[in-house]
Order: sequence, then C-alpha cells, then structure tokens
Amino acid sequence: MSIRRFALAALAGALLAGPAAAQTLLNVSYDPTRELYSEFNAAFNKHWQAQGNDAVTIQQSHGGSGKQARAVIDGLRADVVTLALAGDIDELYKLGKLIPENWQERLPQASTPYTSTIVFLVRKGNPKGIEDWDDLVKPGVEVITPNPKTSGGARWNFLAAWAYAQQKFGSEAKAQEFVAKLYQNVPVLDTGARGSTITFVNNQIGDVLLAWENEAFLALKEEGGNNFEIVAPSLSILAEPPVAVVDKNVDKKGTREVAEAYLDYLYSEEGQRIAAQNFYRPRNPAVAAEFAEQFPALKLLTIDQDFGGWQAAQPKFFNDGGVFDRIYQAQ
Amino acid sequence: MSSITLTASASANAARRGNLLGRRLLILGTWLAFMLFLLLPLLVVLGEALKQGLGTFLGAIFEADALSALKLTLLAVGISVPLNLLFGVAAAWCVSKYQFRGKSLLVTLIDLPFSVSPVIAGLVYVLLFGAQGLFGEWLQEHDIQIVFALPGIVLATLFVTLPFVARELIPLMQEQGTQEEEAARLLGAGGWQMFWHVTRPNIQWALIYGVVLCSARAMGEFGAVSVVSGHIRGYTNTLPLHVEILYNEYNHVAAFSVASLLLLLALLILLLKQWSESRINRLKAGAGEE
Amino acid sequence: MSRRTSPVIPGFGLTLGYTLVYLGLLVLIPLGALFVHAAQLSWSEFCAIISAPRVLAALKLSFATAFAAAIINGIIGTLLAWALVRYRFPGRKLIEAMIDLPFALPTAVAGIALTALYAPSGLVGQFASDLGLKIAYTPIGICLALTFVTLPFVVRTLQPVLADIPREVEEAAACLGAKPLQVFRHVLLPALLPAWLTGFSLAFARGVGEYGSVIFIAGNMPMKTEILPLLIMVKLDQYDYSGATAIGVLMLLVSFILLLSINLLQRQIGKA
Repeated sequence: MSIRRFALAALAGALLAGPAAAQTLLNVSYDPTRELYSEFNAAFNKHWQAQGNDAVTIQQSHGGSGKQARAVIDGLRADVVTLALAGDIDELYKLGKLIPENWQERLPQASTPYTSTIVFLVRKGNPKGIEDWDDLVKPGVEVITPNPKTSGGARWNFLAAWAYAQQKFGSEAKAQEFVAKLYQNVPVLDTGARGSTITFVNNQIGDVLLAWENEAFLALKEEGGNNFEIVAPSLSILAEPPVAVVDKNVDKKGTREVAEAYLDYLYSEEGQRIAAQNFYRPRNPAVAAEFAEQFPALKLLTIDQDFGGWQAAQPKFFNDGGVFDRIYQAQ
Repeated sequence: MSSITLTASASANAARRGNLLGRRLLILGTWLAFMLFLLLPLLVVLGEALKQGLGTFLGAIFEADALSALKLTLLAVGISVPLNLLFGVAAAWCVSKYQFRGKSLLVTLIDLPFSVSPVIAGLVYVLLFGAQGLFGEWLQEHDIQIVFALPGIVLATLFVTLPFVARELIPLMQEQGTQEEEAARLLGAGGWQMFWHVTRPNIQWALIYGVVLCSARAMGEFGAVSVVSGHIRGYTNTLPLHVEILYNEYNHVAAFSVASLLLLLALLILLLKQWSESRINRLKAGAGEE
Repeated sequence: MSRRTSPVIPGFGLTLGYTLVYLGLLVLIPLGALFVHAAQLSWSEFCAIISAPRVLAALKLSFATAFAAAIINGIIGTLLAWALVRYRFPGRKLIEAMIDLPFALPTAVAGIALTALYAPSGLVGQFASDLGLKIAYTPIGICLALTFVTLPFVVRTLQPVLADIPREVEEAAACLGAKPLQVFRHVLLPALLPAWLTGFSLAFARGVGEYGSVIFIAGNMPMKTEILPLLIMVKLDQYDYSGATAIGVLMLLVSFILLLSINLLQRQIGKA
C-alpha cells in the first residue's frame, strides 16, 4: 500500500508547508499578459523594497478573461484583477459587490494603463493581397478569429469590423450584412485567442488572422518573422484592458496598500516601458514616443465613445439573441 | 498455450486451423487500430515535446512551477484513488452479491459522473462552496477555502473518477456469481476471511485495471479541475492545467513536454500494473497444479 | 450465472450504506445544487432555453457523435480486448501498456494533437483531403476525438471478463462440433454482453460531456459543429448561471435515462 503511505506523506507535507508569513499578492489576469506581468512583478518588487518594504510574493493566475472574472466572483481571493475588458470587471461589482460601481474612475485613463488594438496577421508576401477590412469579405478569403461568445479578444475583433463597416456604409443594417459576410469566411471558430493563433500558425488554416496587436507581434517574434507579416487596417478599435483593486479581498487580507502601489506602478515610466517592451501600447506620451516606431499610427475608435461602453455593447452584440447570434441564425 | 491437450479431437484441430487466418487478421487489425487511434496522436505529443531537443524538454519538466504542479497532481491522485477504491469495492459488493429493489437505479447513479460534462462537474462544487454558493457565506465567515484550493481540486477529481473501480468490478463479479463465497461461508469462513481469500483473488485483475484507469484519469482530468482551481501559478495548478497555461503562453514545446510527463507517469503506473500481474501469475503458478 | 439473494453472504447493510452515503455526499448533493440553481428559472424560461434551435442542434450533434464514437469503440475495443487476452503476438505488451494513455493525456492536449494530425495540412489529414474527405472541423473530427478519449472503456471492461472465461469452454464447444460463429454466439456473447454494454454506455456517457479535446477539432460553428458543453461555457461566460445549469440539467436527464435503460437491459440479459 505504498500509494497510501505516499498520500499521507504528501498530505503531511502540504499541511506543514502552510501559508507563508510574507505578504502575498494575487494578480488574476487574462491569457496573453503572462510575459508582461512576470517581468513587471520583478520590477515592482524591486521598487517596493527600495521604498523600505518587505518583499512581496506575487502570485499570478491567467485564463480566459470571462472565466477569470467568474472565479473571482465565486471566491478566488484576487487582490488585483487585470482583465481583457471593462465588462468583465463590471461583473465584479454587479454580481459580487467586490468593488464599487465607479471602479473605473479610480485610476487614470479609465483604469487602463496600457492599450492594444486589432491588426491582421497574414502569410508572408501577403498572397491574397489583404490590406483592409474590405478584403476580408471577398469570396475565397479565409478569416481566422475566435468565437466572440467565449473570447474577449474576439469581441474586440468583431467590434472593429463593425466599426469599419458602420463608418463606411453609415447604417447598422449594412454593417450587420458586412459582418455576416465576414463571418461566412470564417472556417473555424476557436474558443480562445490562442486557439485561433494555433489554427492559423501551426495548422496552416486560413489567409488572415484577426489578432491583438501584442499577440501578432509575439507570434512574429516566436516565428522569427519568416512566415508571417502584420497588416494594419485603415481603421481599428482601441482595445483597453483595465485593472482594478478588489476592495473586499484586500481589506480582508490587509493588502490594500501594496495592491494600490502595484497598480500605480503600472503607470510609472518603468511600468509603461515594460508594457511597451511586451508590445502593449503605453499611455505615457514620453514612453509612447520612445516606442513610436514599433506601433503604427492607426485611426482607432473607442468602445466608450463609439459603442456606448461595454454595458451597452455586450448585450447588444454578444448576449444570447444579440447581433452575433442573429448572423448565424439567418444562415 | 502449450497445454493443448493431445486428446483434442480432429474437428477441434480443424477449427483451430481455420481460426489461424482470422487470428492473423485480428492481430493485424489490432495493430492498425492501435497505430491510427493511439500511437500516432501520442507520437505527435512526444514529437512536439522533443522538437527543440532533450535539454528544453527536461528544462520544461524541472521548472519550479511544473514541479509544484506535479506535486499537487500526485497529491490529488493519492487522496482520491484510495477513497474511490474503497467505494468501488463496497459498491460492487452490494450490487453483485445481493438482489434488491432499485439496483439498476443505483448502478446508474454510480455511472452518472461519467455522463456529467466536466464543466458541470466543476460548476456544481462552485455552486455549493463558491462565494455566491449555498454554503459560501458560512465558509467565508469561518475563513474556510474549498473551491480554488486543494479541497476543491480533490473533490472534483473524486467526482470525475468515482465510477472507475466500481464499474470494472461489477460486470466481473456479476459474472462470477456467489457460489464460491457461499461455499466458503458454509465451510465456516468469517466475512473478512471470505472476502480476502475467496473474493479478492477472483477480482484482483479487475481491481488493478480499475485502479489504473482511475489513477490515469485522475492525473489527466482537466475540465472539472479547471473550473475549481483558480489557476494560481505554482499553487493551485495541476499538471494538465499547467499544460494549458504553457500552451496559452505560446510555449508549445514546454506544454507538450509537461504533457509527456503525464504520459510517462501513466506509463509508470501501467508498468507497475504489469509487474504486479506477472507476480500474481507467478504466485498462482507456484501454488497451482503442475 | 445464477444470482439470487444469499443471506449467507455478509456485509449487505455495510456496503450498501457506505455506497449510498458516499454517492450522496459526492454526487447527489452536488448535482442537487445544479437542480436547485436551474429551478430559479420558470418552467417556460427553461423550455425556451432548451428548445432554442442552437441548443437543439448541439444536442443532436453531441449525442449523435458520442453514440457513433461508442459504437466504433464497441467494435475496435472488442477486437483489441480479444487480441490482447487471447493471442500472444509481437508488440502485445506495448499495446496492452498503452491502452490507458488517452485517460492520462489531458484532454486539451489530445485535442491539439489530433487536430495537428487530421487538419487538412496534417500528417493524416492531407491524405484524407486528397480523397476529398474533411476530418477536422467536421462532425467526423468530433467523433474521432471522442473515440480517442473513450478508447480504454470497452477494452478495459471486456478484458477481465474475457480472461475469466476459461478457454476450455470454447474448446469443448468446438470439440462438440460447434462452428466458430456458433461458439461466439452461444458461449462468448452471453458472457461478454453485460461487460460490453457497460463499456459502451460508459464511453457514450463520457463522450456526450467531453469538452477539452473536442473544442480544438470541432470548428465550433453554430448550428453545425457546436457541442452542448460548449454552449454551457458560452452561457457561463455571459454570467448566465441559470442558463448554463438548465443545459446541464437537460444533458444530465437525457444521459441518466439512457444509462438507466442500458442498465435495465443488462439486467434483462443477465436474467435470461
């Protein structure tokens, strides 16, 4: 019965290990930010200790943005959340009463220290000549994008396409027609952004991948730039991944001070530089100027000004019976 | 094989020769099915893992987060498999040795965890023990963490692997009937004696299969554990979750390396199984006829 | 094969009691929570959710692919179990050792590996697409993933039973002049059928709920290749717990009825 003996030993080990005495901070984030935050955490710890504090253990948790928000609502003791959409953090207030309603006003720039946008990743040499959104609805072009119902990134993709069509044709009906045509060219709807990237990069399916800018850069970096190139459309959307301190948890754990310092540090020059190095567009104008070459200047719409915020966009486009569902039910 | 009796009649020999072709075809088919459905996918996993050489492979496995995930996985398996083994034997015993009303219902309830989508299997514990759940408030007041911590992971694993041992034992024990046990009782054996000396040897194989399947599944479970884990790196990530995270971090090779580690672990269990099988056989042969 | 009530054998109360308590704590109460949560919906809301065209399409797809996969496994699994128990051939030990690996492989990895193999550019997929057959991103792909994930069930439930049937019985039947098919029908089938049905129903039930391996190879197109568990995820991502639990309850009920009828059928066979 060596299994039983092992289990007992392991159990004893787990119990003895117990909670560490030092302060710990749990950052619950979404998928593509891992590289960003492992670099940032080290930098913050140095900064925090330089101010005469004890070192803090920073734990990271990554997953789909919606899933992560749900876990926090259901009792995952996050000190800070850094998610893909404001809509997901809103639920922390609505369903869990974990944060105040005005959470987004507590930090500069609507609590989004860095931004990104949606660009096209195409195969080397751009064989299908894809330059702008119009090219995506042409017959014979295969577009890879994840399912907006399960992926935060895909919602930004959808809205970017919608914004372009609405600007161009000037009516919602036309925009819906355009987006419907676009999704007819989608052969696979993966559940997450990384799933789509794998479909496009590894399984060689599709002519163009709609991707977060930071994702596209990362894919290029991984592949050495031999097989793909980035195409910036004439118009896109400003993707704003927000951050927030989870009040109920930090007050219980006594970590408010360090949690707030952690988020503030994201806005510091150092924090902004780390974000830029990880292909997120920095908010700080000085740092942005430093990295101007990396990020092409694009015409970017925003969710708050052009779609009335996530509170309005989510139910209109993505909830059951919304525009996205109607596109597929019409077929 | 060598014990074919010389007294076997000519007709049996003819049947045997006729069987030879069928037998070869069957073996061929077995190999084909094995290659297409099992070997190829597994080779893909290993191939991806070793794409950048053994160094990267080992590096991914011996990385601190991977090791803590390994520890957590073994812990969850170590707790849930013995519990489900005990349950399996008890359940198979009462189902196969007695007649009672509602037996089919009971067997169906034992099967039920298989048919519950892993997503739901995790969700039910969140509905019970999550902050918004039925017992959420009480647990928070007493500062007890069940979901997003070890107890939740163990519960989900228990749920998902609950039927394995029972399900392996039930058909076999039904097939075997109760005569041998009855005889043992009539000869004056006590309940425990009867179980250990009569029943256990008869069900040994199925028991081992059940434990192997149960452990393999407990190690590999992803969906249910994913819902209750919280995904805290180095703390509440099991190996399968670590694989997903690595994969989602563009770390293809590391993801497949850790997945191969799971495969190796499963192989280890299977080797243990084969070893114990051959030991059982040897013991039997030693105690047996010739 | 006679199974009657035998007061001689002890332990009924103990084992039944333990079984019920364990089941109750781990399965019934948690699943009860599912029902409680779904009960927050009114009857008409519940009906509206489960009769939505997308849900119905997914329901059909999930059950059809799981059924097909279980049948495939019923055939391949029987072959495998038979060859493994009855024959000694090169590679037997290897195959024997690797049968359980699909369980240990995290389902997501299985999905990714299968997609890499069977996608139009993949190792096997290119041959298939030369033949005009599309595997990945179609129901065939889903079926394939389910077959892989549930492969051990039939093999492993048949193996102990097969090993338990003495060869002499078959040989005796053959000596008495029975043709191989007759031996199979009259000697083997009755002994194997209960175990086979068990393996089949387990593979089927597991296939219906499978999520991780399927989403990579399915393509997830609404109405076409979207499985039920994915719809549950979609509802959860909209913070629609009641909608998610409603679909969960529906799946549970359908599976329960199917499993129950298979178990009843099995008893019938056992009695005959």
